[in-house]
Amino acid sequence: MFQALVDGILLGGVYGVIATGLSLVFGVLGVVNFAHAEFLMLGMYVAWFAWRWLGLDPMLGSVLSFIVVFAVGYLVQRTLIERVLKAPPAAQVFLTVGLLIVIENAALMAFGSEFRSVSVPYQVEGYRLGDIFIGAPYLYAFIAAIILAAVLWLYLERSWTGRAIRAVAQDPMASTLVGVDTRRTYALAFGLGVALTAFGGAVILPYITVSPTVGGQFVVLMFTVVVLGGLGSVAGALAGGIVVGVVQSMSTLVFPIQLQNLCLFVIFIAVLALRPQGLIKGA
Amino acid sequence: MLEVCDLSAAYGGPDVLSGVSLEVKAGETVAVLGANTAGKTTLLRAISGLVPKARGHIAFEGTALLGRPAHAIPDLGIGHVPEGRHVFPRMSTLDNLLMGAFCHRDARDLTERIERVFKLFPRVKERQTQMAGLMSGGEQQMISIGRALMGTPKLLLLDEPSHGLAPLVVDELHVAIGEINRQGVSVLLVEQNAMLALSVAHRGYVLEAGHVVLSGTSDELSADPGVRRAYLGI
Repeated sequence: MFQALVDGILLGGVYGVIATGLSLVFGVLGVVNFAHAEFLMLGMYVAWFAWRWLGLDPMLGSVLSFIVVFAVGYLVQRTLIERVLKAPPAAQVFLTVGLLIVIENAALMAFGSEFRSVSVPYQVEGYRLGDIFIGAPYLYAFIAAIILAAVLWLYLERSWTGRAIRAVAQDPMASTLVGVDTRRTYALAFGLGVALTAFGGAVILPYITVSPTVGGQFVVLMFTVVVLGGLGSVAGALAGGIVVGVVQSMSTLVFPIQLQNLCLFVIFIAVLALRPQGLIKGA
Repeated sequence: MLEVCDLSAAYGGPDVLSGVSLEVKAGETVAVLGANTAGKTTLLRAISGLVPKARGHIAFEGTALLGRPAHAIPDLGIGHVPEGRHVFPRMSTLDNLLMGAFCHRDARDLTERIERVFKLFPRVKERQTQMAGLMSGGEQQMISIGRALMGTPKLLLLDEPSHGLAPLVVDELHVAIGEINRQGVSVLLVEQNAMLALSVAHRGYVLEAGHVVLSGTSDELSADPGVRRAYLGI
């Protein structure tokens, strides 16, 4: 029981960071990015190649994933998403779903369909706290996620460009009138959003294998987290991540492991039906 | 300081402004009067670069403004307080003011600038940690003006600052606008409340259906029978 709770929190922290990226993109641009999980996949590949070629541990490779995917995201925003910002939602859905298909198939062509994993010295290690066993890769991924979340929070609250991102999310016209370049800020927010998710992908590499279709495993999870926390709320996404992690992990106590995503679906639908504004009020 | 020459503007339909010319000299407060759809807001938005289809000529201290991206205009020394206040609702009052300093973010005199706004609007100081969206209309108007002042403008564009506010608050703002002008900031004031506008302005223009139909000093306009009938309700 406690074991499942701890496992869930460790998983959930990472889910939180992964979903924060999606939430940030929606909150600032108002676009639901269906291709978001593909950037998680890209982040995992960057970290995998960094491990393979440069011998970088994925915990450090994650920084590289963040930077590379940020650049990709910035370009995708300036060349593609920017064109549909004011378009009807249907056009936005077509574009991001199309992007999903393109990225996934490009990855298949470039990397092949095999599953790739890393081997790191701490992979099967862990810490024992009484009856509870804490797997080292889960713990490290959780710590990395929490550190990134804290840095993101500080950036959005305290820095000039972070504050400008919040301002553009709340009132683009007023932001322009105080001298904020909204196009640049949108690209920054999109880049940052996909980079956060890529970082989350990189730090879980020691316990999840990467393949071009890995994004599919995370899509529903990501949307459940964001819907739980309220679409557009960064703090909510983090809390939602931990809730989802705990539910997923606890459900394996009662149901067979194949059904753990079923519980997520049920929660996802229940939240949409009963409390579409998210569970966390005003976050 | 600001010269608008033969300005026409449209949002895809018929012209909202046609052939408007006006001028604001350094140190002046100039009022633009007119009914709801006369094109007053469009005039200010065109100066700030928010009307992509504006034609004609606008110069600020000799720099041509048309064709310049809107976000590059505050840096030239133009502050814009938009109609409907447009504070950042889920930000604290202080963060709203800081956003106003975005184009001049050198930290050296940042606190000084904030103090100056607090001195002008003591109520803003009291509420500096509150979310701007939860504050009263008058307080939001003060935040919006304060935010524009944080960019140290030489010219302040004010769009309907008194709209929807209680008379007591309107008086307070009125005093503040006079004070801002005395500190050396030129003001271009758009108002439906002509009485208020003419009492603070040195000169004024009357806009009707996108044309300037009358201009003169505030005293001349206040004495004009047409203005008195149409805008002063006398």
